[in-house]
Amino acid sequence: MVDVYLNSRYVGTVDDAKSFVEDVKDLRRKGTLADDVNVFTDVASNEVYIMCDEGRARRPLIIVRNGKPLLTDRHIKQLEDGEITWTDLVHQGVIEYLDAAEEENALVAYSDEFLTQDHTHLEITPGSISGVTAALVPYGNYNPSSRLIIGSKHQKQSLGFYAANFHLRMDMDANILHYPQMPLVKTKIHDVMNYHEHPSGQNLVVAIMCYDGYNMEDGVILNKGSIERGLARSTYFKPVAAEELRYSGGLVDEICVPDKEVKGFRTETDYRFLEGDGIVYPEAKVRDGDVIIGRTSPPRFLSGSDEYNLSAGTRRESSIVLKHGDRGVADFIVLSENDEGNRLVQVRLREERIPEIGDKFTSRHGQKGVMGIMVSQGDAPFSTSGVVPDLIFTPHGISSRMTLSHLIEIVGGKMAALQGRFVDGTLFEAEPEEKLREELLSLGMRDDGKEVFYDGRTGKRMLARIYVGNMYYLRLRHMVANKMQSRARGPIQLLTRQPTEGKAKEGGLRLGEMEKDTFIAHGASLLLKERFDADRVVLPVCDKSGLLGFYDARRGNRAISALYGENSEMSDIEMSYAFKLLLDEFRSIGIYAKLNLKDKY
Amino acid sequence: MRKEHEEFVDSFEGQLPPSIIAEIKDTCPASVTKEQLKEIVELTLGLYKHCRVNAGECVGLVSAESIGEPGTQMTLNTFHFAGVSEMNVTTGLPRIIEIFDAQKEIKTPMMEIYMKPSHNDLEKVKKFAIKIKEVVFGDFGAEYVLNIFEQSMTIKLNKALLSERGLSSKDLAAAVKVKSKGFNMEVGNDFLTFVHKGKPEEIRQLYDLREKMRPVKIDGLKGITQVLPVKRGDEYIILTLGTNLEAIFEYPEVDISRTMSNDIHEVYNVLGIEAARQAVINEVFKVIESQGLNIDIRHIMLVSDIMCITGAVKGITRYGVVSEKASVLARASFETPIKHLISAALESETDRLTSVVENVMINQPVPLGTGLPGLITKLK
Repeated sequence: MVDVYLNSRYVGTVDDAKSFVEDVKDLRRKGTLADDVNVFTDVASNEVYIMCDEGRARRPLIIVRNGKPLLTDRHIKQLEDGEITWTDLVHQGVIEYLDAAEEENALVAYSDEFLTQDHTHLEITPGSISGVTAALVPYGNYNPSSRLIIGSKHQKQSLGFYAANFHLRMDMDANILHYPQMPLVKTKIHDVMNYHEHPSGQNLVVAIMCYDGYNMEDGVILNKGSIERGLARSTYFKPVAAEELRYSGGLVDEICVPDKEVKGFRTETDYRFLEGDGIVYPEAKVRDGDVIIGRTSPPRFLSGSDEYNLSAGTRRESSIVLKHGDRGVADFIVLSENDEGNRLVQVRLREERIPEIGDKFTSRHGQKGVMGIMVSQGDAPFSTSGVVPDLIFTPHGISSRMTLSHLIEIVGGKMAALQGRFVDGTLFEAEPEEKLREELLSLGMRDDGKEVFYDGRTGKRMLARIYVGNMYYLRLRHMVANKMQSRARGPIQLLTRQPTEGKAKEGGLRLGEMEKDTFIAHGASLLLKERFDADRVVLPVCDKSGLLGFYDARRGNRAISALYGENSEMSDIEMSYAFKLLLDEFRSIGIYAKLNLKDKY
Repeated sequence: MRKEHEEFVDSFEGQLPPSIIAEIKDTCPASVTKEQLKEIVELTLGLYKHCRVNAGECVGLVSAESIGEPGTQMTLNTFHFAGVSEMNVTTGLPRIIEIFDAQKEIKTPMMEIYMKPSHNDLEKVKKFAIKIKEVVFGDFGAEYVLNIFEQSMTIKLNKALLSERGLSSKDLAAAVKVKSKGFNMEVGNDFLTFVHKGKPEEIRQLYDLREKMRPVKIDGLKGITQVLPVKRGDEYIILTLGTNLEAIFEYPEVDISRTMSNDIHEVYNVLGIEAARQAVINEVFKVIESQGLNIDIRHIMLVSDIMCITGAVKGITRYGVVSEKASVLARASFETPIKHLISAALESETDRLTSVVENVMINQPVPLGTGLPGLITKLK
C-alpha cells in the first residue's frame, strides 16, 4: 500500500508502487498523459508524488532502455533532413523532461560511453550541466568552477548589440558597441542562440607580458592606435523625461520655455538649447546644468495674498536639468502620454564613449581588468612580423586564478585568425589543444603560440618570447565617465546640514564610524574635529536656562533667550548642527536637555 | 642581597610596579655593588617608562579594533574531538561573543581535570573518569518488557554497567523508590519489575513511569555527560562535557590548582573574581590561538579587566559594562537610545562630556591624544 499524492494533495493508495509509476511514465511517453507530468517515488516515506502544476524547472533527457539510448542515428538523420523536429522526439517518447523530483529516481549517464544496464536516461550533451551563460565560456571545463561563474557574470555586463531596434527605444542606461564581432573561439551554444545576431565583444590581439607595470594588479594596457581606429568604442544612451502632472484645482504643469517672471528662474543661458515648445532641439550638445526640458509648475500653496498676484509670478520653475557630471547630445525625442493621460516628453541623450584609462575590460574567463595606460602605437611592443598587440595582459593574472581556458583561447584564436575558420570550444567537447597547436604549426607559426617581440620604445629585442594570439574581449559597462567624481565644497542636506551623498548630488565621501576610529587611535583629535566640521554652527545659548536662543531682528539682531527673553546672558557656542537637531528631538520627547556652560580656558 | 641594597631598590616603589621590584631583588646576585645596582635599577626604570602607554593613548579603542578586525577572519564555529562526535566544542566567533557577553548559559560547558601525580596512570585516570560521569537510571535499562495482562513492566538491567559502577539492583531500586510511587516493585538480581498498586488502569501509566524514572541520577557528578581521558604532555587529563567544579574539587585525587572549567560564571562562583578574570583571558586566547590569529594578549587583558573591575563578571552588553558608562550620550549611542535618554531625564543626570563618543557628537575635540592637554593656568 503506497499513498499517492497529486500536486501534493492526497488522492488515494495503490498496491504496487513500482508498476504504477511505470504505468504513469509509459502513458506519458506514449502521449496519453501530457508530457509535463512528472512522477516521483519517495522510497523513504513510501509515497508517490505526481506533479503536473506550474513552476517546476524541468530539463530534457534522452530515455535509455536496457542500456541503449532510444535516440538513434536514424533520428539524427531525420532531424538533419528536417523530417522531424524536437517536439516530435518528445511525442515519440525518445526525449522526456524531468523535474527536480523525478530526477531523484533517475540514473543519468553523462555520455553514452558510460551507459550501463542500470541507467534510465542519457544527457543530450555533457555540457548541459551548465546554464546558457556559463556555456558561453570556451574551454570552460579547463577552469576552476568559481572562474567559470565569474566569467559568465561578466558576459552579462558586456556592451554589445543588445537590440536591433535600439535607435527607437528609450532604455535606461543603454550601451551599444560600435563594431561588434563574432568570437573566433566559440561554442555550440553561440550557434544555438544566434550569437552572430547580437555579439558583444571584439577579437583583439592579446599579448601576455608586462609593460612597465601598468598592467599590474589586474590592469590591462590598450593600444592607443587601435582605440583611435575604433576598438571597443561604444555609445551610451540615457533618457531624460518630464511629464505634465495634474494637481488639485485643475492646475497643470506646463512644458514650455519658462517665463522670466517664474519663481526660481535660471539664467537665460541655461535655457539656450530649448526650442519654442520647451524641449531641447535634436543634436544639441548639452552638459550638466543645461535645461533639457523646460517646465513650470503651479504654485505649491495658494494663500490668500497670492491669489491677487499675476499667475505667472506665482508659478514655479521645475525644469529638467542635466545632473552633475552628465553630458551628451540630444539624440531622439518622443512625445507621448503616460498611463494617466498626462503629456510625457522623453529625450534620449547620446554620448560616444571612447575607451579611456579606468574603463573595464574582460576576457570570457573571469579575467577582468581596468585599463591602466593607453600606449601609442609607436611605443607598443611588436612582433617580428610587425603585429602590435591591441591589449597587453599581465602574466600574474593566470597563476593564482588557474584559468587555463584563457591561455587555450589565445592559441585557438590565433590559429582561427590565420586559418580563417572558427574554433569550437564547447564545454567538454572542444577541439583538443594539441590539434590547435598542430594546425598552428602547419600555418608556419610556433606551436606554443610564442613570438619574438621587440620593445617599441627602444627597438630592442625582448629577452623572452611573448605568448600572443587573438582573444575575444568584452568591454564592460562600468566606465569611469559614469563614476568619476570629486568634491571639496558642495551641496548640503537641508535637515542635517551635512554634505549630500552620491555622485548625482555632487556628494561627499562619508568618513564613517570605523574611519573615525582611526583618527582617535592616532590621537589626532583636532584633525578629527576638523573633518567633522562640515555641519559646524555657532548658536546662542542661554546661560541661565541652557536652552538655544535666537536672534531677533526687531531688537537689533540681539540674541534672545527662549525662556528669559532679554533677561539672560547669551553665549555663542560652537557645535555640530546634528547635535542641535538632537537637542530639538530631546525637547520634542519632553526631555529638557540643559546645557551647563563653562569657560574652557 | 644586603639590607641597604634592598632599601635602595624599595625606594623606587611608586615608580616601578611591585612585581618588577621583586624581580630585581630576586635575580640580582649578592655580589652586586651599589653602583651596579643603581645602574640596573635606572636602566630598568628607563625601559619600564619606555614600555608604558603614553598618556592620552586610547587603549580601549585600539583593543576593540585589534580584536574586532581579526574577528572578521574567524572561520569554523565548532571543533570536534578526534573520534568522539558528541564532543564538539564551540569556538570561533560564537565562543568569543559568548565570553565577552558573559553569557550565563554557554553552549558547551567543559572541564579539564588534572590529576595529582600519585594518580596519574592511565588505568586510574580511566577509572576516575568513569566514576565521575553522570549515569541516570535510563542508562541501566537493557530491555523493557511490558506485560499487558498483568499490567506490569520488567526492566532487565545492564549487568556490565552495574558491575562497572559497583552497584546492585537494590541500589537502583532505592534510587527510583520515590519516583515509582503507586507501583509495587519486585527487585531481582538483574531485573526490576513494577506492578501497579490497586486497580490497573491504563498501560500508558507504565510508559509514563518509565519516562519518569529515566533521568534519575544514580551515580557520578551532576551535569557531567561525557568524559574523555586524554594524554597531554607526560600526564593524563580528563576532558568532560558539562561542568561541576565545586563537586570535582571534593575529590582528593584531583589537582585543584590546575583543574579548570570554561564557564566563566562558574569559575567566578567557585574561585572568585581574579580567577574569573584570568579565565576570560585564557578562554579568549584559546579561541584566537585555535584560529591561527595573532592578537596581543594585552588587548584581551584590558577587556577582561573592564569586565571584572566591579568585582562581578559583567559582559560587554548594554546591561553590563556599557551601563556603567558615565555619559548618557555614550550609552544612548550604543543601544536602546530612547530608554537611556528617558531614564537619564527622570534622574536628572549630568553628562560631563569627558569621553570620546559625546565629544564626537557635539563636534568638540575628543579628550585623547592632541585633544587631551589643556591650560592649567586661568586666562586673564
